[in-house]
Amino acid sequence: MLAFIVRRLLQAVLVMLAVALIAFAMFRFVGDPVNSMLPEIATTEDRQALRAQLGLDEPIPTQFAKFIGGAVQGEFGISYRNKRPVSDLIVERLPATLELVFAAALFALLMGVPMGVYTALNRHGFVSNLLQIISLIGISVPTFVTGILLILIFSVWLNWLPSFGRGEVVQLGWWSTGLLTISGLKSLVLPSVMLGLFQVTLIMRLVRAEMLEVLRTDFIRFARARGLTDRAVHFGHALRNTLMPVITIAGLQLGSMIAFAIITETVFQWPGMGLLFIQAVSFADIPVMSAYLVLVALIFVVINMIVDLLYFVVDPRLSVGGDRA
Amino acid sequence: MSADAPSRFAVLLDSDFVYSFRKSRVTLIATLVTVSIIMAALLAPWIAPHDPFDVATLSLLDSELPPAWAEGGDPHFLLGTDNQGRDVLSAILYGSRISLAVGFVSVFFALVAGVAVGLISGYFGGLVDAIFMRIADVMLSFPTILVALLVSGIVRGALPREMHENAALAVLVFAIAITTWVQYARTVRGSTMVERGQEYVLAARLVGRSSASIIFRHILPNVMGPVLVIATINLAMAILIEATLSFLGVGMPPTNPSLGTLIRVGNEYLFSGIWWVVIFPSLTLVVLVLAVNLMGDWLRDALNPKLR
Repeated sequence: MLAFIVRRLLQAVLVMLAVALIAFAMFRFVGDPVNSMLPEIATTEDRQALRAQLGLDEPIPTQFAKFIGGAVQGEFGISYRNKRPVSDLIVERLPATLELVFAAALFALLMGVPMGVYTALNRHGFVSNLLQIISLIGISVPTFVTGILLILIFSVWLNWLPSFGRGEVVQLGWWSTGLLTISGLKSLVLPSVMLGLFQVTLIMRLVRAEMLEVLRTDFIRFARARGLTDRAVHFGHALRNTLMPVITIAGLQLGSMIAFAIITETVFQWPGMGLLFIQAVSFADIPVMSAYLVLVALIFVVINMIVDLLYFVVDPRLSVGGDRA
Repeated sequence: MSADAPSRFAVLLDSDFVYSFRKSRVTLIATLVTVSIIMAALLAPWIAPHDPFDVATLSLLDSELPPAWAEGGDPHFLLGTDNQGRDVLSAILYGSRISLAVGFVSVFFALVAGVAVGLISGYFGGLVDAIFMRIADVMLSFPTILVALLVSGIVRGALPREMHENAALAVLVFAIAITTWVQYARTVRGSTMVERGQEYVLAARLVGRSSASIIFRHILPNVMGPVLVIATINLAMAILIEATLSFLGVGMPPTNPSLGTLIRVGNEYLFSGIWWVVIFPSLTLVVLVLAVNLMGDWLRDALNPKLR
């Protein structure tokens, strides 16, 4: 068990080092940082001064070591476009993205799990078939088209919900939240539905498949033989045993939802990290891009590791094999 | 060959493959839809009712007309016009051209690169294999759209700003190809490792064939089946990635729009109630992607011997 954790941690550190190397190479070799940061008319002395200040005249390995040192402390230099420290920009934008992703994940679970259970229990019902067909179409429609349709229907035609921004936000220390005001909550609805919709179909299909699998097992038949009610069998026995893989997948999906939030944030002009990243890509603002890359990679690596470790806690068969390996 | 032996074409027509194609109504429709969109896109300069890029023919008097069947519509502009009087139908025809071009070209490059890497990795193994597969692992652990965005951002950063618009198509193809070669490489590597141990490969080696000849003349034809399936499904994915990047504003410029760019531009007029400028390109994109995906699904099942 301990050996596994150590090996897993080592692997995670290696991936992060590789990502950091890419981020560093981007900053150092894509375009000239000095030219990007100084106005066109800067003198040669100015360039030399900035070059020395950024440490660009030192050997490459030293520069990489310094980059890692900075990255560990959250320092990624100055944005070319906003002329502000990248860390400040990210801290400002992080709460918006995290609130959006968690609202979307919550929506996906609250919709997906009941729909999956229903379609598993009523396999050949009309509503089940309808849900299956809708979910098939759902995964073929690009998310930004879904977003545009939502805006057209609920903002333009019905005029119920706002279509851009976060509404009023309340500052709690460094964290700005939109969850405490009416306009903030209203603004959250459409973006989180758009981001969550794709996951709804995923979770629904997963719950349905797992549930059908579990319902076929012996212990369910035994529970029925004991004379338990359908309700107790379906929810007490079957559903509880399907939820573990569902939680795992949902956890893994959190990472990709942060990535897909880029699209949602663009459609709804949601002031999160994704919008920051897209602006950075279109302006070739390398420091912001490399910081985003490192941050997202970190989130991915941490989530993957937690999921792997959770498997150990939940499934005792794995820890036996793991010790031997 | 004797005269009564069936021709190759007749054998093909009589195969399970063609039979399952004819029996699947959904696949027939999907193929029909895909082929008509491709034909319409190819023939755009001849069949489009207007030239959306010829400023001389545009008239602001024709701007923001709704579709022909709606109130105030003009039969000359079947799907309506945008704020500059451009015909939406013509814009879609020209836009699909670019979307499909990016899709096909990037699938081609990804396929060639991926198959080559897979063959080399699978045949030689060792350090080359380890390096390629670690790269593949890292790339597969991130969502494709993120990798594509990152690659296009890096390439844009490396190019001078003036070149961004002209090089947009090449940047897109490069970004999509470099994001999607991994799947081909993985699959081909797996089947190559199996084929490498077969007797015909040993025989080829015994008669003194070179490695290159064994890989390309003997192994390659035997590992291409699954590659076709991946290519079809990846065509849908490439079109989707292109549309997403263009929608996000880092793809094709509005002067040379793809379907994604049309959706992006149309989206800005949504609030004036001009829904047709954004809805019709979106619909085209959805139908195209859905049709190609359905074809890919069918191909995967038809080529899978386990499902027969």
